[in-house]
Amino acid sequence: MEIKRTITIKNEEDTKEFGLWLGQNARAGQVLALIGDLGTGKTTLAKYIAEGLGITDYIVSPTFTIIREYEGGRLPLYHFDVYRIGDPDELFNIGAHDYFYGQGLCVVEWADLVEEELPEDTMYVFIEYGNEEGERIYKCTF
Amino acid sequence: MKNNKFLTMAFESSCDETAIAILADGREVLSNVISSQIDIFKNYGGVVPEIAARHHLENINEVVDEALKKADVTMEDIDLIAVTEGPGLVGALLIGVATAKAVAFACDKPIIGVHHIMGHVAANYIEFPQLEPPFTALIASGGHTNIAEVKNYTEVEIIGGTRDDAIGEAYDKVARVLGLGYPGGPKIDKIAKEGNPDAIHFKRVFLEKDSMDFSFSGLKTAVLNHLNIAKQKGEEINRADVAASFQQAVMDVVTEKAVQAAKEMGHGKLVLAGGVASNSALRAILKKKCDEEQIKLYVPSPILCTDNGAMIGCAGYYKYKEGQRSGLDMDAHANMPLSKAK
Repeated sequence: MEIKRTITIKNEEDTKEFGLWLGQNARAGQVLALIGDLGTGKTTLAKYIAEGLGITDYIVSPTFTIIREYEGGRLPLYHFDVYRIGDPDELFNIGAHDYFYGQGLCVVEWADLVEEELPEDTMYVFIEYGNEEGERIYKCTF
Repeated sequence: MKNNKFLTMAFESSCDETAIAILADGREVLSNVISSQIDIFKNYGGVVPEIAARHHLENINEVVDEALKKADVTMEDIDLIAVTEGPGLVGALLIGVATAKAVAFACDKPIIGVHHIMGHVAANYIEFPQLEPPFTALIASGGHTNIAEVKNYTEVEIIGGTRDDAIGEAYDKVARVLGLGYPGGPKIDKIAKEGNPDAIHFKRVFLEKDSMDFSFSGLKTAVLNHLNIAKQKGEEINRADVAASFQQAVMDVVTEKAVQAAKEMGHGKLVLAGGVASNSALRAILKKKCDEEQIKLYVPSPILCTDNGAMIGCAGYYKYKEGQRSGLDMDAHANMPLSKAK
């Protein structure tokens, strides 16, 4: 997978700026994969993507429910956390493909666990810890 | 009807339990069968939706038979079918909803859909026959963390909720990084008893003044940072101390807000609901704070704290008595605000 841009995120303000930009430029049927360890800020980034879409609800963790849906923005947001999915085939059984090829933006946390089930044009953001406290490195395939 | 009592058969399959119960007159449990699948999920570090759905489907007929047998009634005796319609894992919910609708249609019984949270609240009506609304409720489970005002048997107003992780999610994630396994709640509660809750000070997040909302994501990150720093320094990690300190930080905030809400509402009653109500630290700290404020605390027994059919039957019974009905076009809803519960 080719990394086309690498962004150094110094703080939450930077996360916000990038998330808003992603949300404002998202199109229907897009799948955005967020890959990074626990605590790297995947849900925080998702929160700002939602804000960029114009969604005003609180973006709460989808860990327990696997999928959470948000209406009320420019596009619907389908927020996934697939950490607890044991086998990529299970995504099919919970109807994930209806979302992936639907009319909203899908943001998928822990997407590396189900990579083979994601659409070919999925956009990836790999999130890594930076050298400084609070610093993150975003490696993007777009 | 049997022995002149109104019988409700209730289905609950919102997550990892296939549960069916039969109640007499809404509050008396004749049978409460739970086919727990926790053992299956231990290998996966969480509930696996597809497996959940598949096992619900495999189990559900057997659980129906068992519930009827234990209650010593037949389908002819049943007056009402109640079922959890959301929120939860949609594949799992669908099995319960489809089965309940099939039974209602085949046996020509009325059916009522129930919001999962309303069920958790209603568990207390079963445990405490004298309990009546209004009261303040703290609902804490794998996917929910809410403070609510229970105005009457069918109306609940949420006044606070989590803005990121539910308590159960925070526990599961911290248990994951501590290598304790799933589900995180009981594992952390157990190991925390051997640890010092003051060993590490994790910041308590109260949010804005007077807010009844919660945020646990920062606490999870604080635990992660603590572990990473210790690892970098080559220090040994005392998992019991970390667990105890994390638990204390969660409970300080949760109990403070719940008791504050109970004081402000002035009903003099605080009711615990949901799986996290089984947490020993939560029970102990709340008991102390409620005693100080002369608030009566209600805590249901563990069997009624976990997802079960009886609580759904009780909540459904009161909706039915109020004249509410659902149709056979009822659907399962993964996300379902409480405002739609009526």
